[in-house]
Order: sequence, then C-alpha cells, then structure tokens
Amino acid sequence: MNPYGIKAIYRFEMARWGRTLWQSLVAPVITTSLYFLVFGSAIGSRMSDMAGVNYGSFIVPGLIMLSVLTQAIMNASFGIYFPKFTGTIYELLSAPISPLETVIAYVGAAATKAVILALVTLATATLFVEVSIDHPLWMLAFLATISVGFCLLGFAIGIWAQNFEQLQVVPMLVVTPLTFLGGVFYSVAAIAEPWRTVTHLNPILYLVSGYRWTFFNVIDVPLWTSVAVMAGSIILPLTMIVWMFRSGYRLKS
Amino acid sequence: MSDPIIRIEGLKKSYAGGVEALKGVDLDIEKGEILALLGPNGAGKTTLISIVCGIVTPTSGKILVDGHDNQGDFRAARSMIGLVPQELTTDAFESVWATVSFSRGLFGKPRDDRKIEDILRRLTLWDKRKAKMMELSGGMKRRVMIAKALSHEPEILFLDEPTAGVDVELRRDMWELVRKLRADGTTIILTTHYIEEAEEMADRVGVIRKGELVALGEKKALMAQMGQRTLKITLDDAIAEIPAGLAEWGLALEDDGHALCYRFDTHAEHTGIPGLMRRLDELHICYKDLATHQSSLEDIFVSLVHEERAA
Repeated sequence: MNPYGIKAIYRFEMARWGRTLWQSLVAPVITTSLYFLVFGSAIGSRMSDMAGVNYGSFIVPGLIMLSVLTQAIMNASFGIYFPKFTGTIYELLSAPISPLETVIAYVGAAATKAVILALVTLATATLFVEVSIDHPLWMLAFLATISVGFCLLGFAIGIWAQNFEQLQVVPMLVVTPLTFLGGVFYSVAAIAEPWRTVTHLNPILYLVSGYRWTFFNVIDVPLWTSVAVMAGSIILPLTMIVWMFRSGYRLKS
Repeated sequence: MSDPIIRIEGLKKSYAGGVEALKGVDLDIEKGEILALLGPNGAGKTTLISIVCGIVTPTSGKILVDGHDNQGDFRAARSMIGLVPQELTTDAFESVWATVSFSRGLFGKPRDDRKIEDILRRLTLWDKRKAKMMELSGGMKRRVMIAKALSHEPEILFLDEPTAGVDVELRRDMWELVRKLRADGTTIILTTHYIEEAEEMADRVGVIRKGELVALGEKKALMAQMGQRTLKITLDDAIAEIPAGLAEWGLALEDDGHALCYRFDTHAEHTGIPGLMRRLDELHICYKDLATHQSSLEDIFVSLVHEERAA
C-alpha cells in the first residue's frame, strides 16, 4: 500500500477544488437555488401536491441529484483528464502507486466534493422550501453511494476523452436530459402511457426515486430496484476502469 | 563486480502504429555510475527510459531494478527511481513547494519539510518556493522538474535531455548537481544530443540508433577503441588541390590550402604515416608543423550514424 501517495493525490484534488470554489461549488448551488426559488417558492405554491408531498419540497431531492450527478462526472473526469492533457500524468504512471490506489484517491476526492455540494445545496434549499428527511442515515448512504458511482463513471470518461468537448458530452447530453426526464419535477405516476413505460428504462429514475424515498418516504419504483441501480452504477464503471488500467487504454502506449 | 542496479534484457517495443522503437536492447547499468545514452532523434532513447520508469509497456523483454521486476514488483522498482522527463510538463497553478511535496508523497514517502527545503536550496529554488509554476521561466521549471524527481530521494535518476534548451549557466549548475548526486552514490542515466555533455560527465556511453544499442563502453575505452586520430600537416605554401600522388591516403585540404589532414586508426596494423611522409618528400611538399589529435565522441557519433545511412 502507498497511503502517502493516496493522500498526496487526494489533497492535490481538494486543493484544486479550493482554487475553483466559485465554479465548482458556488455556481452549481446558485443554479440549483434558482430552481428552488422558481419552481419551489414561486410556482410551487400554485401546484397541487405530488404523491402527497408539497410540490416545492418534492423537487428538492431530484434537483440535488441533478447537481450531484453532473458535478460528480465533471469533476472526476477533469481530475484525470487534465494531467493527460498537460502531460503531468507521466509522474502518476511512474509512481509506485497501484491502479486501485489511484482510483481511490481521485474518486475519493471527487466524491467528497459531490457530497459537500449536495449538503450545501440541501442547506440552501431549506431557505426556500420546507424539507423534512425521514431517513437521514439512508439519505447520506445513498448520496455517498451515488456520488462514488458517478465519480467512477466520470473517471472512466476522463481516461476515455481525447479532448475537452468529449468531457462534456456525457454530463451535458446524456446525464442532464436523463435526470430531467427521470422524475425530478414530477412523479412518474402522473404521466400517461407509453411515456410512463419509456421512463422506466431511464436508470436515473431509480436513483431519484430512491433518494426521494429517504426524504419523504414516497417511491415511484420499488426500493430494491433503486438499490440495484446504485450497485450497477458502481460496478459498471469500475469494470470499465479495471479494463482500462489492465490494457493501458489511452493511458500508456 | 556487483550486480547491476538495472538489468535490461531483450527489450522490444513496437508501437500500435507499427513503429519498432526498440529492437531487443540488452543493457546493464552499474550502481553509482553515470551512463549517457546518445542517439539522434527518434532513436528510441526516450522509449527506453519510459519503459524502465513504467510509463510505456514493453512488447517483450525484462527489466530488473535492483533485482525487482519492474512490472511484477513495480512498487519496489519504481520507488527507487526518479525521472526528469524531456518535456516541461507542470501543474501551472501549483506552487513550487506544493508540487515538489506532492511528488514526495506520490512516491510513498512521508512528509519531510526539511528534506524538501534542502532540495529546493540545492537547486536555488528556495526563493521561488511560493511562486506558481506558470510564473517561472523555462530554466526554473526545469529545476523544479529535477526537484520533483529528487523529492523522494531516489537511488536512480533518469534525466531525459536535461539540458535541452537550457542556458549555459544552468547547464553548468546541472552538471555540478549531477556530480554531487553521483558522489552521494546516486546512479544517473542521462540521454543527450550534446556530445560534450556525455564527454564531460559520463563514465560510460551507450549509442542508440534505430532502436538498437550499437555501442556501449567506458567513455575512455570507447573513444580509444573507436577513436581515430587526425594528423594535420601545416604546409609552407598553400596548394590549390591535393596532388594525384597523394590520392591513396584520402587526404582533406583545409585552411585554404595551408593544411593537409589525414585520418588514421592507431589500432590498425599500418597507420600509413611513414609512407605519407616519404611521399611528401618525394613530391617536394614542405611542411612546418605536424599535429595529431584524438577524435572526440562527437566524431565517433557522427561516424556511427553515417555508417548506418550508408548501409
């Protein structure tokens, strides 16, 4: 084991975050707060309750997910892509640190940031709407698990990407639309067929539903399916990363 | 002789594009020596270094670093090695202190501020410790790269083209540093285009050409073995062309016709010098000075590379 190496990378990544706090924490919190303000306070008061929950409160877990999923991917992908881009990756590749330790350090730092972002966003949400949390420990556990999963996905994207545009493709063109359509603003029970069935193909629906359960004890899909998708969101990218390191894919020639 | 600190056996590397960068290199590097690897661009020097350091995966072959397989036992192998790559790649927003400390941690060593301070002072970077990397000049960045490589106190240091694009003063500083490191027992492998650098610093010299190690030896032995001497005959009166009677010696006319140069091999059975002298007498060519000099590594290098082109 190389604990000093893990610590060095973790601290490096957290310091990078500290330098760009406006972009990586303040901006997403403000953006999400605008949703709380508009959909929660302003429009929310004219909307009927959703699954027995006040509309303004109902959208909070989903909006936190939206923010966490995109930021987790962007942060983790940038963390490994940037050294590749500048060439400083030589040092990582020549260091006595294993792929697993590398992943723990980068993904650990990115997931820490995602969890902090979520908690700050949640705290901000309480300024605009009333939020209760029925299962606080599960809320934290789900949040941490989902953060790690999407940071792993981001890390894999960072290894795969060959330019800055490719870094943005997945969070912007895949995750954001899927999250919007994954029941952030509505309960899937409220939409008509065939779209209800189509929505069930969206994996993010399961994450949003599970996360909302920890707040309000209401679900769109069975809880076990949410847990299964969470497990999948860790196992799939992890498998990709293991393969990438084994084959040296876009890391080593 | 003790076991080599690095043993490279049958190392081959073909890149995905089909380029055969290394065609089976065998090389033993002795503990505590300075080995210079010379070779033209694209000869495979950087590939060789990158494979030993773990940045490039070899196609076949084996590398032992102090007995540790550099793939199977990569932790032990890599923690002994410091690498200063050719390109100046740095984290623009990091401070000098932070980036050098980061390297130490990355290579598995606990924090030691005094050690980092010592390294920064040796490289005259102490005053710049708080500066961001992007604020530094190219020469300063190069120093930081060296500081990063030394931060974990490696026993083996690879310097890939350490003085490319570096001013005279920094080059001298760097030579001085390399000598000090060697005195402390560090094994140093450097690649260079500058023959004078190899000549100045190396104990042994290896020449790489098109993925093969074509020459390797003690610098002095290599020079003696491969070196040719040049006899320069300074003439009383300038001549316009070399007389037909001297054709068999393959002379060169220099200094606007004031000098004849003859290259010979001291190890050859006949140097050809006595015959040349007699012939000059017969042709009534008078000379006022004779001088010989040993060809430098540069001449050897050029002749090796030319040999290949002619082949």
